[in-house]
Amino acid sequence: MSVEHSPRLRAGGRAVPQRRSARGAGRPRLTRTGRAVRGLAGVLVLAAALEILARSGAVAADSLSPTSDIVVRAGELLGDGAFWSASLVPTLKAWGLGLVIAVAVAVPLGLLLGSVPYVNTATRAVVEFLRPIPSVALIPLVSLILGTGLEMKVVLIVYAAVWPVMFNTLYGLGDADPVAKDTLRSFGFGPLAVLWRVTLPAALPFIYTGVRLATSIALILAVGAEILAGFGDGLGIFIGQAMGTLDGTRDVMTGTLLAGCLGLLANSLLAFGERRLFRWHVREERS
Amino acid sequence: MLRIDGLSHRYGEHAVLDDMTLEVAEGELVSIVGPSGCGKSTLLRCIAGLISPTSGRVTLDGTPVDGVPDGLAVVFQDYSRSLLPWLTVRDNVALPLRRRGKSKAERRAAADEALASVGLPDAGRKYPWQLSGGMQQRVSIARALAYRPSLLLMDEPFGSVDAQTREDLEDLVLRVHRTGGMTILLVTHDIDESVYVGDRVVVLGRNPGHIRAEIDVTLPPERDQIATRADAEFVRLRAEVGRLVRGAASGPVAA
Ligand SMILES: Nc1ncnc2c1ncn2[C@@H]1O[C@H](COP(=O)(O)OP(=O)(O)OP(=O)(O)O)[C@@H](O)[C@H]1O
Ligand SMILES: [Mg+2]
Repeated sequence: MSVEHSPRLRAGGRAVPQRRSARGAGRPRLTRTGRAVRGLAGVLVLAAALEILARSGAVAADSLSPTSDIVVRAGELLGDGAFWSASLVPTLKAWGLGLVIAVAVAVPLGLLLGSVPYVNTATRAVVEFLRPIPSVALIPLVSLILGTGLEMKVVLIVYAAVWPVMFNTLYGLGDADPVAKDTLRSFGFGPLAVLWRVTLPAALPFIYTGVRLATSIALILAVGAEILAGFGDGLGIFIGQAMGTLDGTRDVMTGTLLAGCLGLLANSLLAFGERRLFRWHVREERS
Repeated sequence: MLRIDGLSHRYGEHAVLDDMTLEVAEGELVSIVGPSGCGKSTLLRCIAGLISPTSGRVTLDGTPVDGVPDGLAVVFQDYSRSLLPWLTVRDNVALPLRRRGKSKAERRAAADEALASVGLPDAGRKYPWQLSGGMQQRVSIARALAYRPSLLLMDEPFGSVDAQTREDLEDLVLRVHRTGGMTILLVTHDIDESVYVGDRVVVLGRNPGHIRAEIDVTLPPERDQIATRADAEFVRLRAEVGRLVRGAASGPVAA
């Protein structure tokens, strides 16, 4: 759960814009479509390999299902209302709710820790103790206390997702340019106005990255908690129960595929939003 | 209007400004020249109340500067870092006007007018990072002018623009100075410029920074890029400031 962005160097470089000369050096970059085509090719090769491996009988049929069966089964499940209400919706609900709460807690917390040094030092010991506990290891404990329902999942997701958002907020606050802050101060803006108009906007791209990290982590917790709890409803329960049936390989693989697709979808949406919202940040990093 | 009394500043062990005393009258335009690293930017930061000097004090209209004074605008030397990249150029220029309690429409109009006055009438919708360095520098000048400060501090404000634009901007500053009646301190490396725009030139020496000389610019207030620069008095003043600056750069000399 480390901070994804590395600190960028900005000594001197900004006063003399060198955007144009920096580009075009070395190998030509892939366009977005180019990257998508390559990614798709990789997926197709993997799918074909799985299909051949399963059909050839090199692996026992009950431990590997061919790709085509999985895709057909996925389509079937997605058309089935009962699957939605028993498996997809409960997981999506815990995932979304947990993320929203985590962000609502982590951003103010990061702001507090970042702007009041005293609070930061006072809480450091607690943070350093809590942070290394793998959140997955908490699943049994939390389900003992809270049972196997929505609350259990949300609590675990919040616990795991708070860290990346909080640390990225904390880190992003330090990224605001001191000259920009001095500029607003010199025009007579007070400390709160400077926080709101300079420090926070400058931190937003980092906070957003934290949310992206938290989204993947939250999905892991949601599905993982369901599988380990083994009881209740959700996509993890679907996978867990299929594991116990005689002919369950196909459903295990289909459930896993669907979980992966959820993560991919969420990440793509967030990446799309990032490009639209933080154009200025991308441009700045390049210059 | 502005009094600087025995002002000294050190960063840790490093003494930057030493016992500076200077008085600036209301509505005066004072040029400050001096070698690189002599503490010009530090002096402006002290006057702006952004840092508090190690000793001595700054008084503005009789009240000691303790924090940022009202009605101040600063054009920072790092102009590109002083613009907010997530705001359009127009919003950057309009932002400080919130402190003036103006309506949104008034802020926009004032921003557009200021941008036009620095020769960027069409840049308002762009973002700062879409502009060249010289254009960004003009945006930061426009932002300060739109604010109509009573005290304007400019730190090498024309360093990145071409010669023609530089002359236009010098004349713009002279114009707003005359019509707006604001007090201006302008830091520059350019000796010609210091004489051309100034009512007075203050020459700084370094190690540590101190005031080496003050020269009254005995030229009529109306300046003209061609006629003034050809004036015999201008040539004499320029030579005198030049000698002082060169002396300041090579170390302490008996004044
Ligand atoms: N924040 C700081 N911390 C420590 N030293 C500083 C700091 N700011 C400036 N200095 C030092 O103070 C001295 C004066 O700096 P200052 O920026 O005021 O000079 P300047 O006259 O504006 O130079 P230039 O003409 O190059 O802009 C320099 O030696 C510089 O290294
Ligand atoms: Mg300077």
